Amino acid sequence: MQHEELCAQPEWDVSDAVDAIYRAESRHVYATLVRLIGDFDLAEDAMHDAFSAALERWPTEGLPRNPRAWLVSCGRFKAIDTIRRRVRLDAKLPDIADKIDQATADCASFEEQSVEDDRLRLIFACCHPALNREARTALTLREVCGLTTDEIARAFLTSTSTVAQRIVRARSKIRSAGIPYEVPAPDQLEERLGTVLQVVYLVFNEGYSATSGDSIVRPHLSVEAIRLGRLLLELMPGPEVMGLLALMLLHESRRAARASESGDVVLLEQQDRSLWNVQYINEGVSLVERSLRTQQFGRYTVQAAISAVHAEAKTAEQTDWTQIVALYDVLSDMEPSPVVELNRAVAVAMRDGPEAGLDIINAIFARGDLSDYHLAYSARAEFLRRLGRVSEARFAYEQALALTHQTPERRFFERRLAELI
Amino acid sequence: MKYMLLIYSQETDVASDVREQCYIDSTQLAQDLNASGKFLGASPLHPTSTATSVRLRDGKISVTDGPFAETREQLGGYYLVNAADLDEAISIAARVPAAKWGTVEVRPVIELTGLP
Repeated sequence: MQHEELCAQPEWDVSDAVDAIYRAESRHVYATLVRLIGDFDLAEDAMHDAFSAALERWPTEGLPRNPRAWLVSCGRFKAIDTIRRRVRLDAKLPDIADKIDQATADCASFEEQSVEDDRLRLIFACCHPALNREARTALTLREVCGLTTDEIARAFLTSTSTVAQRIVRARSKIRSAGIPYEVPAPDQLEERLGTVLQVVYLVFNEGYSATSGDSIVRPHLSVEAIRLGRLLLELMPGPEVMGLLALMLLHESRRAARASESGDVVLLEQQDRSLWNVQYINEGVSLVERSLRTQQFGRYTVQAAISAVHAEAKTAEQTDWTQIVALYDVLSDMEPSPVVELNRAVAVAMRDGPEAGLDIINAIFARGDLSDYHLAYSARAEFLRRLGRVSEARFAYEQALALTHQTPERRFFERRLAELI
Repeated sequence: MKYMLLIYSQETDVASDVREQCYIDSTQLAQDLNASGKFLGASPLHPTSTATSVRLRDGKISVTDGPFAETREQLGGYYLVNAADLDEAISIAARVPAAKWGTVEVRPVIELTGLP
């Protein structure tokens, strides 16, 4: 009886250990296998084969001293086996198997630094500008974050087959077009990092403010985006990586306060600030400060700084609008856009009164910009409401309502309309 | 890997002095690429008004005047280059003079065995 228990115990430990190692290491193992094997599909199969082998062999052989190296090495052999088995079908394949054999016999392949670089290589390949935007986000979530095709489809409210097709096409383009599995050369790095950050921010925004559907927050994607931001910070800690991570953390800090229990939108000024996540705020603020000190920051850092000013105000009334307007001025210089101007108009209205904000918005509309952007109409409506110009405010809310597809926002505009009599 | 760089622009838009300069610069690019072993071939093409399209249907040759498709921008020339990967091919494409006003489409080439 006692003997049986002793035997049963180690097996449980091994299976738990493999689970834990899978969670911690599978993305590292995969990124390195892609480099060694040079093919996403083969690398994915090889990684799963390696973990199956671990489940079979570790109970008797014991846990290897370096599980990651064991898994990479095992995956590599599995891939070579697979290729050799396919040789009968295609005469070119023995070459490939030999190449993998040679390239990976080199011990340096498993060294720590090169393995960390593999994760960056994977990110840059998935976010390559030669892939379209949908493909970049789907591929990043799949290959870098390890989400399943099904999870990605649910997060983007699209069908599994659409996502699967995007991933198959993107993997095939990487293979056929020769998209490199490399960290870009220094002269291209800044631009390419910009593409990576754009993908991360897109994933975050998709999770934070869904473009359609019933819930304003799809938390899963925001969490994945923050994880990606942390990973980038660990791998290449530049000012804009800090800025983007800070921006995401500061937005995410308000998640609990952003929607009421019934799922309705709660505006920043009406949010219960005791619900804000202090840990995220502190982390975000300190990242903003670090980035600003570099003097080489860009738009993500400035946006994060704006968010940090809000986060540091104990009440909505204590918000330092002068500083926010100044930060919007910096942002407008860096990246002039009608949306930035709109946000600046809101800040100016808070500092100088609704009339001043209304003048800016009217000028934007007069130029023909933002004429189909619901938030421009809702800001206009808000200024008019505060000026007591009720019928004009109603009209603007109706325009905003006609342009939004998101249920909670619709309810918000409807509520505002009902209040305006 | 081999890449075909297909150069598209509005052929009627290019002034003759610009075209002449483009030929000179393109020749220089070909020389530079050749010096580093990346050059496989390149040529400008006569305008699509000189194009003839040929099809074989049911064993019969059909010949029509004009390009395969009427498009706003036309294929005006090509480079065939050796590059390590897409990033290198993209940086070569960016050096093609016509990239400043037209579009360079980068296409990986399938390398068949048994070609002469």
